[in-house]
Amino acid sequence: MIAILDYGGGNVGSVRKAIEYLGAEVTVASRPEEIRAAAKLILPGQGHFGAMMKALGERGLVDPIREGVAQGRPMLGICLGLQALYESSEEAPGAHGLGLLEGRVRRFEGVFKVPHIGWSPIEVKEPRGILRGIPNGSFVYFCHSYYAPLTPETSALTDYGQRLAAAAEFGSVAAVQFHPEKSGDTGLQILRNFIE
Amino acid sequence: MTHLTKRIIPCLDCKDGRVVKGTRFVDLRDAGDPRELAAHYNREGADELVLLDISASREGRATLMETVHAVARTLFIPLTVGGGVRSFDDARRLLGAGADKVAINTAAVESPEVVSEFAERFGSQAVVVAVDARGEIAEGESRVPDSASAARWRVVTYGGTRETALDVIEWAKRAEQLGAGEILLTSMDADGTRQGFDCPLTAAVARAVHIPVIASGGAGRLEDFAEVFLRGEADAALAASIFHFGEYSIRSLKQFLRARAVPVRI
Repeated sequence: MIAILDYGGGNVGSVRKAIEYLGAEVTVASRPEEIRAAAKLILPGQGHFGAMMKALGERGLVDPIREGVAQGRPMLGICLGLQALYESSEEAPGAHGLGLLEGRVRRFEGVFKVPHIGWSPIEVKEPRGILRGIPNGSFVYFCHSYYAPLTPETSALTDYGQRLAAAAEFGSVAAVQFHPEKSGDTGLQILRNFIE
Repeated sequence: MTHLTKRIIPCLDCKDGRVVKGTRFVDLRDAGDPRELAAHYNREGADELVLLDISASREGRATLMETVHAVARTLFIPLTVGGGVRSFDDARRLLGAGADKVAINTAAVESPEVVSEFAERFGSQAVVVAVDARGEIAEGESRVPDSASAARWRVVTYGGTRETALDVIEWAKRAEQLGAGEILLTSMDADGTRQGFDCPLTAAVARAVHIPVIASGGAGRLEDFAEVFLRGEADAALAASIFHFGEYSIRSLKQFLRARAVPVRI
Protein backbone atom coordinates (compact mmCIF):
# COMPACT_ATOMS: atom_id res chain seq x y z
CA MET A 1 0.00 0.00 0.00
CA ILE A 2 1.25 3.43 -0.97
CA ALA A 3 0.50 6.17 1.54
CA ILE A 4 0.25 9.83 0.56
CA LEU A 5 1.13 11.95 3.53
CA ASP A 6 -1.53 14.54 4.34
CA TYR A 7 -0.24 17.19 6.72
CA GLY A 8 -2.97 19.72 5.97
CA GLY A 9 -1.33 21.30 2.94
CA GLY A 10 -0.28 19.96 -0.39
CA ASN A 11 -2.17 18.69 -3.39
CA VAL A 12 -3.04 15.29 -1.99
CA GLY A 13 -6.06 14.87 -4.27
CA SER A 14 -4.32 15.18 -7.61
CA VAL A 15 -1.44 12.93 -6.57
CA ARG A 16 -3.93 10.33 -5.37
CA LYS A 17 -5.85 10.54 -8.62
CA ALA A 18 -2.72 9.88 -10.66
CA ILE A 19 -1.69 6.89 -8.52
CA GLU A 20 -5.20 5.42 -8.75
CA TYR A 21 -5.17 5.95 -12.51
CA LEU A 22 -1.99 3.86 -12.65
CA GLY A 23 -3.80 1.10 -10.83
CA ALA A 24 -1.95 1.07 -7.52
CA GLU A 25 -3.56 0.86 -4.11
CA VAL A 26 -3.25 4.13 -2.31
CA THR A 27 -4.30 5.64 0.98
CA VAL A 28 -4.08 9.10 2.47
CA ALA A 29 -2.21 9.03 5.78
CA SER A 30 -1.96 11.65 8.46
CA ARG A 31 -1.07 9.72 11.63
CA PRO A 32 2.32 8.33 12.69
CA GLU A 33 1.09 4.72 12.78
CA GLU A 34 -0.27 5.03 9.24
CA ILE A 35 3.11 6.26 8.03
CA ARG A 36 4.84 3.35 9.78
CA ALA A 37 2.43 0.85 8.18
CA ALA A 38 2.96 2.10 4.62
CA ALA A 39 5.07 0.09 2.18
CA LYS A 40 5.83 3.25 0.22
CA LEU A 41 5.39 6.87 1.17
CA ILE A 42 4.68 9.94 -0.94
CA LEU A 43 5.41 13.33 0.55
CA PRO A 44 3.52 15.81 -1.64
CA GLY A 45 3.93 19.50 -1.30
CA GLN A 46 2.53 22.85 -2.08
CA GLY A 47 2.60 25.78 0.24
CA HIS A 48 5.10 27.05 2.75
CA PHE A 49 8.32 25.36 3.93
CA GLY A 50 7.92 26.60 7.52
CA ALA A 51 4.25 25.63 7.70
CA MET A 52 5.03 22.18 6.35
CA MET A 53 7.84 21.45 8.81
CA LYS A 54 5.71 22.81 11.66
CA ALA A 55 2.76 20.61 10.66
CA LEU A 56 4.98 17.53 10.36
CA GLY A 57 6.47 18.27 13.79
CA GLU A 58 3.15 18.89 15.54
CA ARG A 59 1.63 15.73 14.12
CA GLY A 60 4.59 13.62 15.16
CA LEU A 61 5.36 12.69 11.56
CA VAL A 62 9.05 13.57 11.39
CA ASP A 63 10.25 10.49 13.29
CA PRO A 64 8.16 7.99 11.28
CA ILE A 65 9.52 9.54 8.06
CA ARG A 66 13.10 9.28 9.33
CA GLU A 67 12.52 5.68 10.42
CA GLY A 68 11.17 4.79 7.00
CA VAL A 69 14.24 6.29 5.33
CA ALA A 70 16.55 4.46 7.77
CA GLN A 71 14.76 1.17 7.03
CA GLY A 72 15.11 1.68 3.30
CA ARG A 73 11.41 2.06 2.58
CA PRO A 74 10.76 3.86 -0.72
CA MET A 75 9.75 7.51 -0.38
CA LEU A 76 8.92 10.06 -3.05
CA GLY A 77 8.98 13.79 -2.29
CA ILE A 78 7.15 16.11 -4.66
CA CYS A 79 7.83 19.86 -5.00
CA LEU A 80 7.95 21.12 -1.40
CA GLY A 81 8.46 17.44 -0.55
CA LEU A 82 11.85 17.68 -2.29
CA GLN A 83 12.74 20.96 -0.58
CA ALA A 84 11.91 19.46 2.82
CA LEU A 85 14.79 16.99 2.36
CA TYR A 86 17.30 19.85 2.58
CA GLU A 87 18.62 21.45 5.78
CA SER A 88 16.77 24.74 5.56
CA SER A 89 15.03 27.23 3.30
CA GLU A 90 15.09 30.98 2.83
CA GLU A 91 11.30 30.76 2.90
CA ALA A 92 11.41 30.06 6.65
CA PRO A 93 14.84 31.01 8.00
CA GLY A 94 14.32 29.50 11.46
CA ALA A 95 12.82 26.18 10.38
CA HIS A 96 14.77 22.94 10.14
CA GLY A 97 14.29 20.69 7.14
CA LEU A 98 14.76 16.93 7.30
CA GLY A 99 18.45 17.47 6.53
CA LEU A 100 18.80 14.35 4.36
CA LEU A 101 20.40 16.52 1.68
CA GLU A 102 23.00 19.19 2.32
CA GLY A 103 22.25 22.80 1.60
CA ARG A 104 19.72 25.56 1.77
CA VAL A 105 16.70 26.12 -0.49
CA ARG A 106 16.78 29.62 -1.99
CA ARG A 107 14.35 32.09 -3.51
CA PHE A 108 14.67 32.90 -7.20
CA GLU A 109 16.37 36.24 -7.70
CA GLY A 110 16.82 38.30 -10.82
CA VAL A 111 14.89 39.16 -13.90
CA PHE A 112 12.72 36.09 -14.20
CA LYS A 113 9.13 35.86 -13.22
CA VAL A 114 8.49 34.21 -9.91
CA PRO A 115 7.01 31.66 -9.42
CA HIS A 116 8.57 29.47 -12.09
CA ILE A 117 5.29 28.19 -13.58
CA GLY A 118 5.18 26.00 -16.63
CA TRP A 119 6.93 23.34 -18.64
CA SER A 120 10.72 23.16 -18.66
CA PRO A 121 12.95 20.42 -20.05
CA ILE A 122 15.06 18.41 -17.62
CA GLU A 123 18.62 17.28 -18.07
CA VAL A 124 18.63 13.66 -16.92
CA LYS A 125 22.01 12.69 -15.47
CA GLU A 126 21.27 8.99 -15.49
CA PRO A 127 18.01 7.43 -16.69
CA ARG A 128 17.62 5.08 -13.75
CA GLY A 129 15.44 4.81 -10.64
CA ILE A 130 12.34 6.98 -10.98
CA LEU A 131 13.84 8.44 -14.17
CA ARG A 132 14.05 5.05 -15.86
CA GLY A 133 13.01 5.44 -19.50
CA ILE A 134 12.81 9.24 -19.29
CA PRO A 135 14.73 10.77 -22.22
CA ASN A 136 17.04 13.69 -21.66
CA GLY A 137 15.20 16.92 -22.47
CA SER A 138 11.76 15.64 -21.45
CA PHE A 139 9.34 18.39 -20.46
CA VAL A 140 7.78 18.48 -17.01
CA TYR A 141 5.52 20.95 -15.20
CA PHE A 142 7.06 23.16 -12.53
CA CYS A 143 5.37 25.51 -10.10
CA HIS A 144 7.62 26.96 -7.39
CA SER A 145 9.13 30.17 -6.04
CA TYR A 146 12.08 28.58 -4.20
CA TYR A 147 14.68 26.23 -5.65
CA ALA A 148 16.96 23.55 -4.30
CA PRO A 149 20.70 23.57 -4.99
CA LEU A 150 22.50 20.81 -6.88
CA THR A 151 24.06 18.10 -4.70
CA PRO A 152 25.81 14.81 -5.53
CA GLU A 153 22.36 13.19 -5.15
CA THR A 154 20.83 15.35 -7.91
CA SER A 155 19.65 13.03 -10.69
CA ALA A 156 18.10 15.62 -13.00
CA LEU A 157 18.38 19.36 -13.25
CA THR A 158 16.83 22.26 -15.06
CA ASP A 159 17.59 25.89 -15.69
CA TYR A 160 15.49 28.86 -14.61
CA GLY A 161 17.92 31.71 -14.29
CA GLN A 162 20.14 29.29 -12.42
CA ARG A 163 20.67 25.57 -12.48
CA LEU A 164 18.50 23.84 -9.91
CA ALA A 165 17.79 20.33 -8.69
CA ALA A 166 14.80 18.94 -10.63
CA ALA A 167 15.17 15.47 -9.14
CA ALA A 168 17.28 13.74 -6.50
CA GLU A 169 17.73 10.10 -5.63
CA PHE A 170 19.65 8.36 -2.85
CA GLY A 171 19.09 5.04 -1.14
CA SER A 172 15.36 4.42 -1.13
CA VAL A 173 14.53 8.12 -1.32
CA ALA A 174 13.55 9.92 -4.51
CA ALA A 175 12.28 13.44 -4.94
CA VAL A 176 11.24 15.78 -7.72
CA GLN A 177 10.84 19.55 -7.78
CA PHE A 178 8.29 19.39 -10.61
CA HIS A 179 4.77 17.91 -10.45
CA PRO A 180 4.74 14.43 -12.01
CA GLU A 181 0.98 14.26 -11.42
CA LYS A 182 0.64 17.26 -13.79
CA SER A 183 3.38 16.42 -16.27
CA GLY A 184 1.40 14.36 -18.77
CA ASP A 185 2.80 11.03 -19.94
CA THR A 186 6.33 11.81 -18.72
CA GLY A 187 5.02 12.42 -15.21
CA LEU A 188 2.90 9.28 -15.24
CA GLN A 189 5.95 7.24 -16.27
CA ILE A 190 7.93 8.66 -13.33
CA LEU A 191 5.12 7.77 -10.92
CA ARG A 192 4.89 4.30 -12.49
CA ASN A 193 8.62 3.85 -11.92
CA PHE A 194 8.13 4.70 -8.26
CA ILE A 195 5.15 2.38 -7.86
CA GLU A 196 6.77 -0.63 -9.51
CA MET B 1 19.41 31.32 -19.81
CA THR B 2 16.04 29.84 -19.16
CA HIS B 3 14.29 27.01 -20.91
CA LEU B 4 10.78 27.78 -19.76
CA THR B 5 8.36 27.27 -22.64
CA LYS B 6 5.41 29.41 -23.66
CA ARG B 7 2.14 27.71 -22.82
CA ILE B 8 -0.76 27.04 -25.18
CA ILE B 9 -4.04 26.73 -23.31
CA PRO B 10 -7.31 25.68 -24.93
CA CYS B 11 -10.42 26.90 -23.18
CA LEU B 12 -13.65 24.95 -22.83
CA ASP B 13 -16.71 27.09 -22.26
CA CYS B 14 -19.20 24.87 -20.49
CA LYS B 15 -22.88 25.26 -19.84
CA ASP B 16 -24.86 22.65 -17.94
CA GLY B 17 -22.09 20.12 -18.43
CA ARG B 18 -21.70 20.66 -22.18
CA VAL B 19 -19.06 22.50 -24.14
CA VAL B 20 -20.77 25.34 -25.96
CA LYS B 21 -19.66 27.64 -28.79
CA GLY B 22 -19.65 24.54 -30.96
CA THR B 23 -16.82 22.31 -31.99
CA ARG B 24 -16.25 20.50 -35.25
CA PHE B 25 -13.88 17.67 -34.57
CA VAL B 26 -14.54 14.74 -36.81
CA ASP B 27 -12.61 12.29 -34.63
CA LEU B 28 -14.75 12.83 -31.56
CA ARG B 29 -17.92 10.91 -30.98
CA ASP B 30 -19.35 13.78 -29.00
CA ALA B 31 -17.61 17.12 -29.41
CA GLY B 32 -19.80 18.65 -26.74
CA ASP B 33 -18.50 16.31 -24.08
CA PRO B 34 -15.88 18.13 -22.00
CA ARG B 35 -14.13 14.84 -21.17
CA GLU B 36 -13.65 13.94 -24.81
CA LEU B 37 -12.42 17.39 -25.72
CA ALA B 38 -10.06 17.48 -22.73
CA ALA B 39 -8.58 14.14 -23.73
CA HIS B 40 -8.29 15.32 -27.32
CA TYR B 41 -6.37 18.47 -26.37
CA ASN B 42 -4.20 16.51 -23.98
CA ARG B 43 -3.20 14.14 -26.81
CA GLU B 44 -2.51 17.12 -29.06
CA GLY B 45 -0.02 18.60 -26.62
CA ALA B 46 -1.99 21.28 -24.79
CA ASP B 47 0.06 22.60 -21.87
CA GLU B 48 -2.91 23.24 -19.62
CA LEU B 49 -6.66 23.36 -19.89
CA VAL B 50 -9.08 26.05 -18.76
CA LEU B 51 -12.71 25.23 -18.13
CA LEU B 52 -15.01 28.23 -17.87
CA ASP B 53 -18.51 27.71 -16.60
CA ILE B 54 -21.10 29.97 -18.16
CA SER B 55 -24.13 28.29 -16.57
CA ALA B 56 -26.40 30.80 -15.01
CA SER B 57 -28.47 28.44 -12.90
CA ARG B 58 -27.88 26.65 -9.65
CA GLU B 59 -28.42 23.33 -11.42
CA GLY B 60 -25.73 24.30 -13.90
CA ARG B 61 -23.32 24.98 -11.06
CA ALA B 62 -23.98 21.55 -9.58
CA THR B 63 -23.31 19.96 -12.95
CA LEU B 64 -20.00 21.84 -13.10
CA MET B 65 -18.69 19.90 -10.12
CA GLU B 66 -19.49 16.63 -11.89
CA THR B 67 -17.85 17.92 -15.07
CA VAL B 68 -14.67 18.96 -13.24
CA HIS B 69 -14.55 15.64 -11.46
CA ALA B 70 -14.99 13.69 -14.69
CA VAL B 71 -12.45 15.74 -16.64
CA ALA B 72 -9.84 15.71 -13.88
CA ARG B 73 -9.93 11.96 -13.37
CA THR B 74 -8.05 11.23 -16.59
CA LEU B 75 -6.33 14.55 -17.28
CA PHE B 76 -2.77 14.88 -16.02
CA ILE B 77 -1.95 18.42 -17.05
CA PRO B 78 -2.94 21.48 -15.01
CA LEU B 79 -6.65 22.30 -15.01
CA THR B 80 -7.98 25.77 -14.21
CA VAL B 81 -11.68 26.26 -13.55
CA GLY B 82 -13.45 29.60 -13.52
CA GLY B 83 -16.75 31.30 -14.09
CA GLY B 84 -18.86 32.48 -11.20
CA VAL B 85 -16.33 31.58 -8.51
CA ARG B 86 -17.31 33.87 -5.66
CA SER B 87 -16.75 32.30 -2.28
CA PHE B 88 -14.12 30.38 -0.42
CA ASP B 89 -16.51 27.42 -0.54
CA ASP B 90 -16.77 27.59 -4.35
CA ALA B 91 -12.99 27.45 -4.61
CA ARG B 92 -12.63 24.67 -2.07
CA ARG B 93 -15.20 22.50 -3.85
CA LEU B 94 -13.63 23.04 -7.27
CA LEU B 95 -10.15 22.21 -6.01
CA GLY B 96 -11.61 19.21 -4.21
CA ALA B 97 -13.26 18.06 -7.45
CA GLY B 98 -9.89 18.05 -9.17
CA ALA B 99 -9.14 21.57 -10.37
CA ASP B 100 -5.55 22.69 -9.83
CA LYS B 101 -6.30 26.38 -10.00
CA VAL B 102 -9.40 28.53 -9.72
CA ALA B 103 -9.91 31.69 -11.73
CA ILE B 104 -11.66 34.57 -9.94
CA ASN B 105 -12.91 37.57 -11.82
CA THR B 106 -15.83 39.68 -10.64
CA ALA B 107 -15.61 38.49 -7.04
CA ALA B 108 -11.97 39.59 -6.88
CA VAL B 109 -12.88 43.08 -8.06
CA GLU B 110 -15.78 43.41 -5.65
CA SER B 111 -14.02 41.88 -2.64
CA PRO B 112 -10.25 41.88 -3.20
CA GLU B 113 -9.72 40.15 0.15
CA VAL B 114 -10.95 36.87 -1.38
CA VAL B 115 -7.74 36.79 -3.44
CA SER B 116 -5.66 36.91 -0.26
CA GLU B 117 -7.90 34.39 1.47
CA PHE B 118 -7.59 31.95 -1.41
CA ALA B 119 -3.83 32.47 -1.66
CA GLU B 120 -3.28 31.95 2.06
CA ARG B 121 -5.39 28.82 2.17
CA PHE B 122 -4.57 27.17 -1.16
CA GLY B 123 -1.27 28.82 -2.14
CA SER B 124 -0.75 31.42 -4.85
CA GLN B 125 -0.15 28.73 -7.45
CA ALA B 126 -3.85 27.84 -7.22
CA VAL B 127 -5.13 31.40 -7.63
CA VAL B 128 -5.61 32.93 -11.07
CA VAL B 129 -7.08 36.40 -11.19
CA ALA B 130 -9.00 36.84 -14.42
CA VAL B 131 -9.08 40.41 -15.66
CA ASP B 132 -11.41 41.53 -18.44
CA ALA B 133 -10.09 44.71 -20.03
CA ARG B 134 -11.63 47.27 -22.33
CA GLY B 135 -9.67 50.07 -23.93
CA GLU B 136 -10.63 53.65 -23.31
CA ILE B 137 -10.26 56.00 -26.24
CA ALA B 138 -10.85 59.64 -26.90
CA GLU B 139 -14.44 60.58 -27.60
CA GLY B 140 -15.46 60.28 -31.20
CA GLU B 141 -12.81 57.74 -32.15
CA SER B 142 -13.79 54.23 -33.04
CA ARG B 143 -12.47 51.38 -30.97
CA VAL B 144 -9.68 49.45 -32.66
CA PRO B 145 -8.44 46.34 -30.88
CA ASP B 146 -4.71 45.74 -30.70
CA SER B 147 -3.94 49.33 -31.46
CA ALA B 148 -1.79 51.64 -29.45
CA SER B 149 -4.67 54.11 -29.55
CA ALA B 150 -6.11 53.04 -26.22
CA ALA B 151 -4.91 55.56 -23.69
CA ARG B 152 -5.66 53.15 -20.88
CA TRP B 153 -7.70 50.09 -20.15
CA ARG B 154 -10.53 49.73 -17.66
CA VAL B 155 -11.57 46.58 -15.84
CA VAL B 156 -15.01 45.31 -16.76
CA THR B 157 -16.94 42.73 -14.74
CA TYR B 158 -19.93 40.40 -15.07
CA GLY B 159 -18.72 38.98 -18.37
CA GLY B 160 -17.99 42.38 -19.83
CA THR B 161 -21.38 43.84 -19.08
CA ARG B 162 -20.43 46.16 -16.26
CA GLU B 163 -17.87 48.97 -16.39
CA THR B 164 -15.72 49.75 -13.38
CA ALA B 165 -13.45 52.67 -12.60
CA LEU B 166 -10.48 50.34 -12.07
CA ASP B 167 -7.40 50.78 -14.22
CA VAL B 168 -6.27 47.42 -15.60
CA ILE B 169 -2.55 47.96 -14.91
CA GLU B 170 -3.19 49.11 -11.35
CA TRP B 171 -5.58 46.23 -10.72
CA ALA B 172 -3.10 43.66 -12.07
CA LYS B 173 -0.39 44.99 -9.74
CA ARG B 174 -2.81 44.92 -6.83
CA ALA B 175 -3.83 41.35 -7.66
CA GLU B 176 -0.18 40.31 -7.55
CA GLN B 177 0.24 41.97 -4.15
CA LEU B 178 -2.88 40.23 -2.89
CA GLY B 179 -1.36 36.88 -3.76
CA ALA B 180 -2.48 35.99 -7.27
CA GLY B 181 -0.21 33.41 -8.90
CA GLU B 182 -1.13 34.32 -12.47
CA ILE B 183 -3.18 36.86 -14.42
CA LEU B 184 -5.60 35.66 -17.08
CA LEU B 185 -6.00 38.78 -19.19
CA THR B 186 -8.86 38.98 -21.68
CA SER B 187 -9.21 41.85 -24.11
CA MET B 188 -12.92 42.48 -24.45
CA ASP B 189 -12.13 44.59 -27.53
CA ALA B 190 -10.35 41.73 -29.27
CA ASP B 191 -12.46 38.85 -27.96
CA GLY B 192 -14.51 37.22 -30.68
CA THR B 193 -12.98 39.29 -33.49
CA ARG B 194 -10.38 36.70 -34.55
CA GLN B 195 -8.23 39.69 -35.55
CA GLY B 196 -5.39 38.94 -33.16
CA PHE B 197 -4.59 39.35 -29.47
CA ASP B 198 -4.34 42.82 -28.00
CA CYS B 199 -0.54 43.00 -27.83
CA PRO B 200 -0.17 46.53 -26.41
CA LEU B 201 -2.52 45.64 -23.54
CA THR B 202 -0.78 42.31 -22.89
CA ALA B 203 2.69 43.86 -22.93
CA ALA B 204 1.62 46.66 -20.63
CA VAL B 205 0.35 44.19 -18.03
CA ALA B 206 3.24 41.73 -18.48
CA ARG B 207 5.74 44.53 -17.79
CA ALA B 208 3.83 45.75 -14.74
CA VAL B 209 3.74 42.45 -12.82
CA HIS B 210 6.20 39.72 -11.92
CA ILE B 211 3.74 36.86 -12.22
CA PRO B 212 2.88 35.08 -15.49
CA VAL B 213 0.31 36.66 -17.78
CA ILE B 214 -2.01 34.51 -19.90
CA ALA B 215 -3.27 36.42 -22.93
CA SER B 216 -6.80 35.77 -24.11
CA GLY B 217 -9.16 37.07 -26.76
CA GLY B 218 -8.78 37.54 -30.49
CA ALA B 219 -6.81 34.53 -31.72
CA GLY B 220 -7.65 33.89 -35.38
CA ARG B 221 -4.42 32.83 -37.07
CA LEU B 222 -1.20 31.07 -36.10
CA GLU B 223 0.68 34.32 -36.54
CA ASP B 224 -1.42 35.88 -33.77
CA PHE B 225 0.17 33.55 -31.22
CA ALA B 226 3.70 34.41 -32.34
CA GLU B 227 2.78 38.08 -32.04
CA VAL B 228 1.39 37.84 -28.53
CA PHE B 229 4.50 36.02 -27.31
CA LEU B 230 7.07 38.13 -29.14
CA ARG B 231 5.41 41.56 -29.10
CA GLY B 232 2.87 41.09 -26.33
CA GLU B 233 5.38 39.43 -23.96
CA ALA B 234 2.74 36.93 -22.83
CA ASP B 235 3.78 33.83 -20.87
CA ALA B 236 0.85 31.80 -22.13
CA ALA B 237 -1.93 32.18 -24.68
CA LEU B 238 -5.49 30.98 -24.34
CA ALA B 239 -7.95 30.37 -27.14
CA ALA B 240 -11.17 28.50 -27.78
CA SER B 241 -12.74 28.66 -31.21
CA ILE B 242 -9.50 28.56 -33.23
CA PHE B 243 -8.91 25.09 -31.78
CA HIS B 244 -12.52 23.96 -31.49
CA PHE B 245 -13.23 24.52 -35.16
CA GLY B 246 -10.31 22.30 -35.98
CA GLU B 247 -8.75 24.82 -38.34
CA TYR B 248 -5.47 24.57 -36.52
CA SER B 249 -4.26 21.81 -34.27
CA ILE B 250 -2.22 22.58 -31.18
CA ARG B 251 0.55 20.47 -32.66
CA SER B 252 0.70 22.50 -35.87
CA LEU B 253 0.57 25.73 -33.86
CA LYS B 254 3.52 24.64 -31.77
CA GLN B 255 5.53 23.66 -34.83
CA PHE B 256 4.77 27.08 -36.31
CA LEU B 257 5.89 28.79 -33.10
CA ARG B 258 9.07 26.76 -32.86
CA ALA B 259 9.95 27.84 -36.41
CA ARG B 260 9.50 31.42 -35.22
CA ALA B 261 11.95 30.80 -32.35
CA VAL B 262 9.24 30.80 -29.68
CA PRO B 263 10.14 28.12 -27.10
CA VAL B 264 7.37 25.55 -26.87
CA ARG B 265 6.93 22.03 -25.53
CA ILE B 266 6.56 19.56 -28.39
